[in-house]
Amino acid sequence: MLSSKIIKLDFPIFTHHPDLVYLDSAATTLKPQAVIDAEKEYLEQYSSNVGRGLYPLAETATEKFEAVRKQVSAFIGAKGPQEIVFTAGTTASINLVAQLIEKSLFSAIPADEPESRSRIKSGMTKANIVTTELEHHSNFLPWKELARAKDATFRVVPITEDGLIDLEALRNSIDDHTRVVAFSAVSNVLGTISPVSEIVAMIKSINPKTIILIDAAQAIGHAPMDVSKWNADFVAFSAHKMFGTTGVGILYGKKTLLETLRPVIFGGGMVLDACAKKTLYRESPYCFEAGTQNIGGVIALGAAIKYIENIGRENIRVHETALTAYTLKRLRETFGKHIRIIGPGEASERGGIVAFSLKDIHPHDIAQLLGERNICVRAGEHCAAPLHRKFHLNATTRVSLSIYNDEKDIDKLVARLEEISEIMSNT
Amino acid sequence: MSLYQDLILDHYRNPRNHGTLKKATHRAAGSNPLCGDTLQMDIIVKNDIIKDVKFSGSGCAISQASASLLTEAVKKKPIKEALSMEPKDVLELLNMGLSPNRLKCGLLSLETLKSALRHKR
Ligand SMILES: Cc1ncc(COP(=O)(O)O)c(C=O)c1O
Repeated sequence: MLSSKIIKLDFPIFTHHPDLVYLDSAATTLKPQAVIDAEKEYLEQYSSNVGRGLYPLAETATEKFEAVRKQVSAFIGAKGPQEIVFTAGTTASINLVAQLIEKSLFSAIPADEPESRSRIKSGMTKANIVTTELEHHSNFLPWKELARAKDATFRVVPITEDGLIDLEALRNSIDDHTRVVAFSAVSNVLGTISPVSEIVAMIKSINPKTIILIDAAQAIGHAPMDVSKWNADFVAFSAHKMFGTTGVGILYGKKTLLETLRPVIFGGGMVLDACAKKTLYRESPYCFEAGTQNIGGVIALGAAIKYIENIGRENIRVHETALTAYTLKRLRETFGKHIRIIGPGEASERGGIVAFSLKDIHPHDIAQLLGERNICVRAGEHCAAPLHRKFHLNATTRVSLSIYNDEKDIDKLVARLEEISEIMSNT
Repeated sequence: MSLYQDLILDHYRNPRNHGTLKKATHRAAGSNPLCGDTLQMDIIVKNDIIKDVKFSGSGCAISQASASLLTEAVKKKPIKEALSMEPKDVLELLNMGLSPNRLKCGLLSLETLKSALRHKR
């Protein structure tokens, strides 16, 4: 395992709160000094806009900004920086894809064949959009809305009792009329790791035209990742869940696909000739980045990637898996039948996320009572209402781990949970 | 100071006026979808007086204790008095302030009570 004691030194928040037990990294990770410094340096030393100015400051900003695009591309195994679009977050990335699909691809797939057009007219076939019960609302609602707007069927693939996407059910949901399949690489509630490459291959073997989007918000930075191997069309994630700052998102899109899409958000920086009768837009990815970007945030993302690469994603995965196993073990042996841990039983099958219910104590009470001891966890349905319905739970308490956590944090958590169980018991 | 003082814990563990009233003249259900708190208020009103009131449902200690305390406070009181109650009155009953995040939990009981009083069965 990594030495969390040494890693904690990289995160200035622990200087301000030495007793902090931060177990909410799935919501947002803490920020290392290097990331804070990078953003500060931009603000203090070369604050200027990118892509426009011809003076040295703006050139420096542009260079550094574009260097991060290259860095992201290499980090996730993309074919090049042209495949990287900067957005405001995972949510913004997924909504952007839904809009791009609605505008450029929706009627283009089977309706360009006269036969299927007449079938659609006669109401015999309806397009469908597929997602799963595992999803965060960010990867659920945009598709539900798109389905409604396009009068398509919205299919929600069930998950198994263990919290895995039901692959048989998924297979049966894909047909010639499936336009989009969207699913997450790692669940933000159960921690379930999905076999992304296998699922993508399966979908493409049934319908090669289906557009596939992977929500990688909880996968990025926690383990090695290679989008070329995944072979999905789009991958979305947020900088703030990988030690970066809020307000920066990434959308990976296959170059050959991005080039065929028409922009959906218009403004400065994305246009070549605005006066022409038919507006001439810049090439992708720039045509999808209208307006001034979160420049400091993107530059800070570069520092975050460097930070992760220095530690090594293999090492991060090993550390988090060992700590997840320890968490599962301590919770099970301390609370036995009084605790219900949802999701895969083995740490090797999940990311560093553990959601549970303890006796019939409301998760809000648990989180508040932990918070009184500076132990930070999340309570609620974690923006995943369909998943909680599936398990007949109103809410759960979620512990999520990162590199600055260690066994001591878990021991403090378990000790306080024992006290809470005592405080809230009815006897 | 902990939110979980003896008063709250006592009302959470031994809720007063918990249950339903078959002969309720007024009833309403309220919920806090974000937290998963649910609450039902059953009331028997006679001559504009709250003769009896009971609550049922499930939720966090704050929402349950506040329902218990509130039902105690309004029982045998005129409807008008209950309808004129404000959030600060509930916080007084709870004997503490609540952070914005928990305010909804604490005030669900008052919301549901008022809604019940406006819904004659
Ligand atoms: C799986 C998953 N998808 C999407 C999101 C949304 O990310 P953001 O709020 O950064 O847009 C989150 C974050 O909570 C998440 O965990």
